[in-house]
Amino acid sequence: MGIFDFFKKKPSAGVAGLKDRGILVFENTSEVIQAENLLAKNGWKIRVMGPPPEIRTGCDLVIEFPLIEELEILRVLESGQIAPLQIVPVSSPLLEPVDIFFTTDYGRFLMVRAANMKITVEKETRTVVNISGGGCPDVPYLAAEMVGKSLDEAPSPRSIGHTLCGYALQLAYEEMERQCSP
Amino acid sequence: MFAVVGTVPDQQFPLTCGQVALSGRMLEINGHRLAVNRGTPALLAAAVNICDYFNAPPPFAYLVGDIGTGAGSRKLYSHLEADLPSQKFGSLTFHYIQPDVDWHNRVMLAMEKMSPRPVVIADAGFMYAAKMSGYADFYDIFTPDIGELAFLADESAPHPFYTRGFIFHESNRVPELIARAYQYQNAARYLLIKGEQDVLADADGIIQAVSEPMVAVLEAIGGTGDILTGLVAALTGLGYEIPIACCHASAISRLAGETARPDPGSQVIDIIRCLSECAASFLNEDKHNTILNKTKERETC
Repeated sequence: MGIFDFFKKKPSAGVAGLKDRGILVFENTSEVIQAENLLAKNGWKIRVMGPPPEIRTGCDLVIEFPLIEELEILRVLESGQIAPLQIVPVSSPLLEPVDIFFTTDYGRFLMVRAANMKITVEKETRTVVNISGGGCPDVPYLAAEMVGKSLDEAPSPRSIGHTLCGYALQLAYEEMERQCSP
Repeated sequence: MFAVVGTVPDQQFPLTCGQVALSGRMLEINGHRLAVNRGTPALLAAAVNICDYFNAPPPFAYLVGDIGTGAGSRKLYSHLEADLPSQKFGSLTFHYIQPDVDWHNRVMLAMEKMSPRPVVIADAGFMYAAKMSGYADFYDIFTPDIGELAFLADESAPHPFYTRGFIFHESNRVPELIARAYQYQNAARYLLIKGEQDVLADADGIIQAVSEPMVAVLEAIGGTGDILTGLVAALTGLGYEIPIACCHASAISRLAGETARPDPGSQVIDIIRCLSECAASFLNEDKHNTILNKTKERETC
């Protein structure tokens, strides 16, 4: 499973269906991304989701996982030196990330928006010409690293981003790659 | 004097406080030079242009390097908590900063000690934290785009990333989203919604929509929203009433957008360089009659 497979629509589980699930809470979003990469690489069926209200701080993600696998998952995380701050059973449905795209065709250029993030590409060269929107501090950093490079050369937002705005940009970036694929 | 709080995309950039100056394509503060691409440097560069027009002192900035880890933002929050109570600013604008509700609340308590109270504007990450804290009504102005307006309208979303799908981010639903944001007390006293048409609203609905000149490609250019917020920061900081400041800021930024003749690949500095000329043209020649009256809603601007 790829890191952003969670953006795809999945059948939603009712509260009753969540009793076997837990969430891993980390210090920051960057650690969530690292942990998700590590667990996905090891074949775990996990999802990156929004935290429940009681543990939200402002710009967070958590990893939902099968509770029964807790010990083994912790072992994998410890081997990667990524220790969660907390492990909490899921007691209510978690927030789902956005899954709606808006596309604007400017002729020579194409813009894709996901949530609050927009990426614009010159169609012929596949060059990222602009990144706009967002409010977290990695947005100007992502723009500085990506603008002026082709979709093939630019680092993906998930590889250098740290926040939910970075995740939203990854969503828009993947949709742009899909729309600009030959 | 007015102040702007934000971050720059350089992890090594230290916590820096002082007045800024614009030198060509670079912003200068306390001997540091910053490229004006987007984000808080773009906001400040826009504000400097308005200060130049009025021959007013340039904005005071609180800046720190942060590339999204939040480490720089936490230093900045901590400094603001200690520093703000003794400061006097006409307006105080919060911009790109890591959303953190606990730190937000501490900074808000510090702002409550300021006398006189400045016009308080929240944009970008700080607006997200303000909404999530439940204290949105502490603020005078929020400056969301349409995606962020949908987030304000969704009472359960802690970040635009989690805005529920049934709250569509469509421009023709702006009045509905505004009403919903106020219904759940997730809006500031005024909302200036940035988009194809800029919309100024309060709890009673739309005050004014500004759609002239219409330059559709501006939405794609990173930093155009920062320009608008920078103009609002400057005009409120210089004493303009909030509705007038917002409408004038919208009109001036649109004129600059038109004058720069951009395409979706243009960079925001190309528009910022047109601001002085357009501010003079708008404020001297009374162009606002031809721009603002076209889409007048309520008789405020």
